[in-house]
Amino acid sequence: MRYRRRKGISRIVNPLNAAVLGVSIFVLLPIYWLVASSFKTSVNIGASPPQYFPDPISFTNYSTAFVHYGFGRYFLNSVVVTVFATLLVLGIGSLAGYAMGRLPMRGKAPMLVTLLVISVFPEIAVVSPLYLLMRDLGWLGSYQALIIPYTAFNLPFAIWILRNYFMVIPKEMEETSRIDGATTMRTFWSVILPQALPGLFTAGVFTFTACWTEFLMALTFDNTNSFRTIPVGIALFGSPNVIPYGTIFAASVVAVVPVGILVLVFRKFVVSGLTAGAVKG
Amino acid sequence: MASILLEKVGKVYPNGYRAVENLDLEIAEGEFLVLVGPSGCGKTTVLRMIAGLEEISTGDLKIGGAVVNDLEPKDRDVAMVFQNYALYPHMTVAENIGFALKLRKLPKEEVRRKVEEAAEILGLSEWLDRKPKQLSGGQRQRVAMGRAIVRSPKAFLMDEPLSNLDAKLRVKMRSEVRRIQERLGVATVYVTHDQVEAMTMGDRVAVMRDGVLQQCDTPQQLYDHPVNQFVGAFIGSPAMNLYEAKLGPDATVISLGSQTLRIPESTFARRPALRGFAGRMVTVGIRPEDLSVAIPGGPTDGSLITEVQLLEALGSEMMVHFSIDANLVTEEAAAEEEEDILVHKGEGVARVAPDLTVRTGETLMLQVAMERIHFFDPETTWAIW
Ligand SMILES: Nc1ncnc2c1ncn2[C@@H]1O[C@H](COP(=O)(O)OP(=O)(O)OP(=O)(O)O)[C@@H](O)[C@H]1O
Ligand SMILES: [Mg+2]
Repeated sequence: MRYRRRKGISRIVNPLNAAVLGVSIFVLLPIYWLVASSFKTSVNIGASPPQYFPDPISFTNYSTAFVHYGFGRYFLNSVVVTVFATLLVLGIGSLAGYAMGRLPMRGKAPMLVTLLVISVFPEIAVVSPLYLLMRDLGWLGSYQALIIPYTAFNLPFAIWILRNYFMVIPKEMEETSRIDGATTMRTFWSVILPQALPGLFTAGVFTFTACWTEFLMALTFDNTNSFRTIPVGIALFGSPNVIPYGTIFAASVVAVVPVGILVLVFRKFVVSGLTAGAVKG
Repeated sequence: MASILLEKVGKVYPNGYRAVENLDLEIAEGEFLVLVGPSGCGKTTVLRMIAGLEEISTGDLKIGGAVVNDLEPKDRDVAMVFQNYALYPHMTVAENIGFALKLRKLPKEEVRRKVEEAAEILGLSEWLDRKPKQLSGGQRQRVAMGRAIVRSPKAFLMDEPLSNLDAKLRVKMRSEVRRIQERLGVATVYVTHDQVEAMTMGDRVAVMRDGVLQQCDTPQQLYDHPVNQFVGAFIGSPAMNLYEAKLGPDATVISLGSQTLRIPESTFARRPALRGFAGRMVTVGIRPEDLSVAIPGGPTDGSLITEVQLLEALGSEMMVHFSIDANLVTEEAAAEEEEDILVHKGEGVARVAPDLTVRTGETLMLQVAMERIHFFDPETTWAIW
């Protein structure tokens, strides 16, 4: 097929590229503003006209966040809760997804529909009953008070994603592996799971982000203040009279870093993960 | 190394479909048996039952003398090559080939040695560190073979292993597969729906139809003595020409439409039952290669006058599509969709020398090798012997 090759400047400046550029600026500007402001002195943050680049560059906000407000503790809490919940979701989700996608089983369709319904259930509707449950269990102010609900809330989506992945793996894979002498568990671990790796990354990144940013339950189920996660911690910075914007910005930057790294590292997998069902199935 | 024995083996799928019925088959140690038949006749089902991937509904399966009906695939010690190869995409060629050995907890050194040995046999040594998706179709096929041979199993099971290759490579791999199998001397069941592949590769060929074994014999026997019309038409390419014919009252002549052929006395020695059909309808089978161009002025009691419809010059030989006024008998299940030129009522094919000067529409006298023609009972379609 022949097509016109654009020449010179029009190759770069065309409506499509302009649109991409526009969207990029739209998305990146607030992030830039966040990062830039976190390095400003508290006077300069509210300066008018606004300071486009921090001058002088100050690290006070960061030290205040960690030293004065104990942000390190929140960060650690978030890491513990998020990592555990993500591992649980992937562990349970891959087994359940495999069963749903692969094994002959009665009642698969109703189960899948139920999962879908659960995954769109508004969180706010269950927080109060869950609070009572947590209280009666004596779990208020504990890691499991967050890990377990996070796992439950993120499982349906993970199961769906993983199921779609398992479904497109040819059934001969299991059969060859069986003939080669592998047990069902070994086949799952050595043959099936590696082929669903993009699905695991996708489910993992989504779960991680969801847990990392969850606010409502983290706020509600913590009555001791020593199990605050990052979103709650940041929201409760300061006192009724003072809102320490600079510290909030600095903490937010630190909070964004792990998610950013995660997405960058697994970008390739996540993109292929989201489109997998569409083209292969 | 061991033999495989199927005794009255049957398969009924959970939906009630009877895919295989009463199958008796023996594959001797070191034998290469080809299972052939049209699509859906149950070949894969048989293979999967031997492998242990499909439950055996009735009958017994013995490998090396022991009944293995209830053994798990891994305990049967057979290796299977799938049509789509089913290579593990995340493992290198070496890991693919060595996977079964690794599961057996063999020492690393030994696994490596055996993998290299297998790769050597298959000419894969250079590619051991590649992933399957970086290989060509032929190389993938070899890796699948490698996975099977590295284990030195009791039997090889192969389900149309060459059907994903292009025609040229397929022909090359046929002899390659045979060479390897002969070298290892392992009993092999090889499934294909390509009768040429079956004839060129098999020590013996088992022809199946609708889940029922029709005939199991050496390729030559199948070709010379098909037990029924189906086998006659299925084996051989182009397919046997089948016509309705009437045997004369004293069974010495046979009429195809308006023409008559004299049956030589020797035929009755081989087919005594034919006399019983005197004066009755029979189905006559004439292979394209048993027709030749008649010499002008020669004897006419074994020749047919035909009208040439189409000429296919293949270089080394020529296919003459002709028509006569006899009724054609069709054996639909045996038709090879891809290769056949549409054949009309009363048509036939002759395979003759390429130096023919005749043109389409002209009349051509064809000499029939009368002692080689086949007779089938039109009611049962079984051969008349
Ligand atoms: N799991 C199943 N449940 C029900 N019927 C089945 C099942 N698997 C196969 N069949 C049927 O059994 C018959 C034999 O199938 P099989 O796969 O053995 O045929 P085949 O000879 O290998 O054909 P092909 O040459 O197309 O591979 C087919 O009619 C098929 O529809
Ligand atoms: Mg098949």
